[in-house]
Amino acid sequence: MTMTFAFEIVLAVLLLAIATWSIAARHAFDAVVVFVVYGLLLAIVWVKLSAVDVALTEAAIGSGLTGALLLGAAGRLRAGGAPAAERPGAILRLGAAVLSATIAAALAAGVLFLPDPAPTLAPAVAENAAATSLGNPVTNVLIAFRAMDTMLEKVVLLLALVGVWSLAPDRLWGGRPGPRHQADPRGVLAFFARLLPPVGIVVGIYILWVGADHPGGAFQGGTILAAMWLLVMLAGLTDTPPVSRRSLRLVLIAGPAAFLIVGLGGLWLGDAFLAYPAVYAKPLILAIEFAMTLTIAVTLGLLLAGPPERAEQR
Amino acid sequence: MNLALDMLTVFAVSAGAFFFMAGTIGLLRFPDALARLHALTKVDNLGLGLIVLGLLPHVGGPLGALKLVSVWLLVQLSGAIVTQLIAGVVRQGGPHA
Repeated sequence: MTMTFAFEIVLAVLLLAIATWSIAARHAFDAVVVFVVYGLLLAIVWVKLSAVDVALTEAAIGSGLTGALLLGAAGRLRAGGAPAAERPGAILRLGAAVLSATIAAALAAGVLFLPDPAPTLAPAVAENAAATSLGNPVTNVLIAFRAMDTMLEKVVLLLALVGVWSLAPDRLWGGRPGPRHQADPRGVLAFFARLLPPVGIVVGIYILWVGADHPGGAFQGGTILAAMWLLVMLAGLTDTPPVSRRSLRLVLIAGPAAFLIVGLGGLWLGDAFLAYPAVYAKPLILAIEFAMTLTIAVTLGLLLAGPPERAEQR
Repeated sequence: MNLALDMLTVFAVSAGAFFFMAGTIGLLRFPDALARLHALTKVDNLGLGLIVLGLLPHVGGPLGALKLVSVWLLVQLSGAIVTQLIAGVVRQGGPHA
């Protein structure tokens, strides 16, 4: 017991130290690398708190995807050389520090002054778990009890992608995102990009599938699929698709569309928007999850690929 | 039988932890990037391999064991490939060479 406690103390101190380092690092690149390490350590904390679903998401999205996005941003900043005028002044930095400290203090106060026992809906979730025949309470909440939130989350993801695309100049609109990656077709990276995706695709679908009863789900599985796609693109084995391609747009809206159709069906056949008829709950949920996984994988991959940079040859 | 398996676990995980420590010291102390990469590969291959070996008797089923071994194989594969890529950048006189 004391060993576990000591481990937790070490983990917490390490986490705080790394967070401070990430903020204090002088170069953007260093800060990002430390941020990725911070995310992985935080995932261990979530595992210790028995929140394996959150841990998976933290490792995949918080650390992996965000880390890769930030690395790309840091690379662009370094290549461009941030002009002196764009460096934040002392007042702005002080204001940001005060704002961050206030939010951190408010969050800490919120956690520390929770009434005991804390208000919880967990018993209600456990009581109604049988309604959907899903074994994982997290999936139950995400896809059934709070399905509206999850649907809107997917819409936000799409909006983020639209935001990235809108950075493209007009003449390149509809073109292919990012540079065409060149790698030695007989080299190590190309070998890796041929070897790993079959494994990664199986693992990604597995994570989606076990999400019904165990930790896992559409977001975590979709992230793995996105990583496989990015690997193949980075190795130059395939090019990024032009953003004007119709099939691509269809995949992008597949997840939210499946959600909406099922939701409206619930309004028509059942009691309310997104109310699943009890008999078909499982197949409907699976259909939504599969459509969402596809959408998430493609959206995340395109988010990392960036805005269109090359006009499409016609 | 149980005692023997537990001893195997203690021995293998301790040995794995030792390789992790050795690799970390190498990463911190070795003079150039290629030598530091060399230290890291020992951690991936031997350190993680020994820890997986030590945990195998406790996973309770061939499926769990298969998953653990797959994790080790995947880490080995990605470790070796990433090491090659970094070494390639270093040889071409990349950053922090």
